[in-house]
Amino acid sequence: MTEAAEQVKEQVVDLTGANAILDKYVDMHGALMPALQEIQEFYGYIPEPTVHLTAERLNVYSSQIYGVLTFYAQFHLQPRGKYIIRVCMGTACHVKGAARIADTVKDRLGVVHAETTEDLKFTAEYVACIGACGMAPVIMVNDATYGSLTVQKVDEVIEKYQAMG
Amino acid sequence: MAEQAEKIKVLICQGTGGLASGAAAVADAFEAEFAKQGVEAKVGKRCEVVGTGCRGLCANDVLVDIVMPGAEGVTYDFVTPELVPQIVAEHVIANSPVEKSVAGPYYASFLEKQQRIIFSRCGTINAESLDDFIAHRGFTGIRKAVTMAPSEVIEEVKRSGLRGRGGGGFPTGVKWSFCKATPGEEKYLICNADEGDPGAFMDRSVLEGDPYGLIEGMMIGAYAIGCKFAYVYVRAEYPLAIKRLQMAIDTCYEKGYLGKNCMGLGFDLDMRIKAGAGAFVCGEETALMASIEGHRGMSRPRPPFPAVKGLWGKPTNINNVETFANVSYIFYNGADWYSSIGTEGTKGTKIFALTGKVKHTGLVEVPAGTTMKQVIYDVCGGILNNRKFKAVQAGGPSGGCLPTEALGAEVDYDSLIKAGAMMGSGGLVVMDETTCMVDIARFFLNFTRAESCGKCIPCRIGLKIMLEILERITQGRGREGDLELLEDMAYDIKKSSLCGLGQTAPNPVLSTLRYFRNEYETHIRDKECPSHSCRHLLHFRVVEEKCKKCGVCPKVCPVNAIRWEKGQAAYIDADKCTECTSCYDACRFMAIE
Repeated sequence: MTEAAEQVKEQVVDLTGANAILDKYVDMHGALMPALQEIQEFYGYIPEPTVHLTAERLNVYSSQIYGVLTFYAQFHLQPRGKYIIRVCMGTACHVKGAARIADTVKDRLGVVHAETTEDLKFTAEYVACIGACGMAPVIMVNDATYGSLTVQKVDEVIEKYQAMG
Repeated sequence: MAEQAEKIKVLICQGTGGLASGAAAVADAFEAEFAKQGVEAKVGKRCEVVGTGCRGLCANDVLVDIVMPGAEGVTYDFVTPELVPQIVAEHVIANSPVEKSVAGPYYASFLEKQQRIIFSRCGTINAESLDDFIAHRGFTGIRKAVTMAPSEVIEEVKRSGLRGRGGGGFPTGVKWSFCKATPGEEKYLICNADEGDPGAFMDRSVLEGDPYGLIEGMMIGAYAIGCKFAYVYVRAEYPLAIKRLQMAIDTCYEKGYLGKNCMGLGFDLDMRIKAGAGAFVCGEETALMASIEGHRGMSRPRPPFPAVKGLWGKPTNINNVETFANVSYIFYNGADWYSSIGTEGTKGTKIFALTGKVKHTGLVEVPAGTTMKQVIYDVCGGILNNRKFKAVQAGGPSGGCLPTEALGAEVDYDSLIKAGAMMGSGGLVVMDETTCMVDIARFFLNFTRAESCGKCIPCRIGLKIMLEILERITQGRGREGDLELLEDMAYDIKKSSLCGLGQTAPNPVLSTLRYFRNEYETHIRDKECPSHSCRHLLHFRVVEEKCKKCGVCPKVCPVNAIRWEKGQAAYIDADKCTECTSCYDACRFMAIE
């Protein structure tokens, strides 16, 4: 774990937001996943105290919640960067050189899959497919998709976000 | 309608592909130019920018259609905001299209061989507008369906010959009849829009381009089965698709198309989106239902089938997006019309996502029975950079790789299985001579191994061992006997796995072994990769006789390892080279090996 991440973890998490979210899901069929998704959207990740809170309020075991959290690629137990770089590793991207794109991101930011830069600015993620195969190789930075990439273009994209602060 | 026809329409692709290529900026530029050049005053007609779904030719985005009243639309490709003032001045005002920017003849040939039924609304209507949908026959299918008894609706679907488009190809009408026959008040309908296959994106395009079409298909299904609650399970990597579909569902509730007494037709239907959380195994129906219930997405043995005991233990019917989209059209035009398209065993059209080393990547809708060769060469323009075709991977991680000899295979459930691949969800990834087939097998196995839910041992441990063998081979540490071991394991895993993921995961290995065995052997015996793609076996150099001195390779090299001067053959500095293959991929003359 990076130092910055450790610091954040030690902070006391304000549970008001999580409580408000959970209010909506108490007594609802199949509430666990949508509740966790919403909590993650609110905090940017799933802080540990919210897991225990969710267990208590939705009446499920913490172990079951961790089972779900670690099963799905979408959930994150660590704080994440401001900009999430999703590198698509789908078949089309693979054939057109996704490994090279991932290497470039690693070279420029020093992070590989599921790692966050120390300044909490960038998180790299290698994902199975983002469904923009027509423009392979592709990356997504938050909600923006960048297609038909070359090593140079990846550099440009990263520089753009670095400049954005 | 008369008023509609009088407008000048600018249709801009606003799917994920279009937006990634800058469609939003182009749309803004059009709006700004209309105001700046005072178009409405000059032409005397209203101009409207319409955000449409995907038109299929994603490689040439941003695509813009200008439709002048009373004339055929003109398509521009690679449109940038800088081009917009010229198009507005010359085409919209002076009515003479900007010839040099109009999409070339390949656009016509791209469309010519296709039969766009499911996609007939994608790319022509505003995806977010209910009025546009209704103007294009929207909701007439469900109106027709409710005039029939539910059992007649199922009969009609059976007669049409529609088979599930999710991959397996089970007859849809038969599936519906199972669920209908199970007694019980509470039943569920689920649309599987998880689309976990790497290399497939047709469901996403339907969700983005024609969300109401999907809702209509689901309404017909719900009416036939007699259920009041429907879920759409969409993968979370599709933010735009989720947004559009949610918007469409909200609108339908507002206007009374969904909810109590839908459209006043006397049946109730609630619909909700359930965002997936990134697990390929959730495409498997039992795992998908576990995921909706809030558990880990683990599959369970069948029977009991979902039609008997599904979501929350109630009878449940699951179909794929494309299947529901087909249902709407069956009710617009009738089962006879539908079954007249396609082959004996596969009716209707199939959408393919064509990607990889092919000239025009994108989405293609062809009648079943078209050959692979026609799809790749006639529709999509052949192989990129004039290289040689090597294989096409059909059906994603569950499918297989077909070589040149199998290009005559018709796209149809049965002939693809005979050739050693499968229809799957319809992803076709084209590979040229620079793609290593051993590496592709390794790639898919790496994927399925990571996505295995881990419940059953053959899949959890078997795939891992197979992957280790393949990794060894691609790193030049292959051993005699590896291939036989791989084959043995593959058949055992297929036989003994719990769900479809494990039962099909060894397919890519088996099909590459069947057609490209010599490549495996070269890796093992000579420690060489014939396609120059396995990194551990690479050393790059320029073949001087072949080098055309064009100077492309030094431009793409990220570490400046290539020395080149005008009129001189290039030279690769082995010390600097990181073996990233940039130059190899970029060279049009195969002068780098």
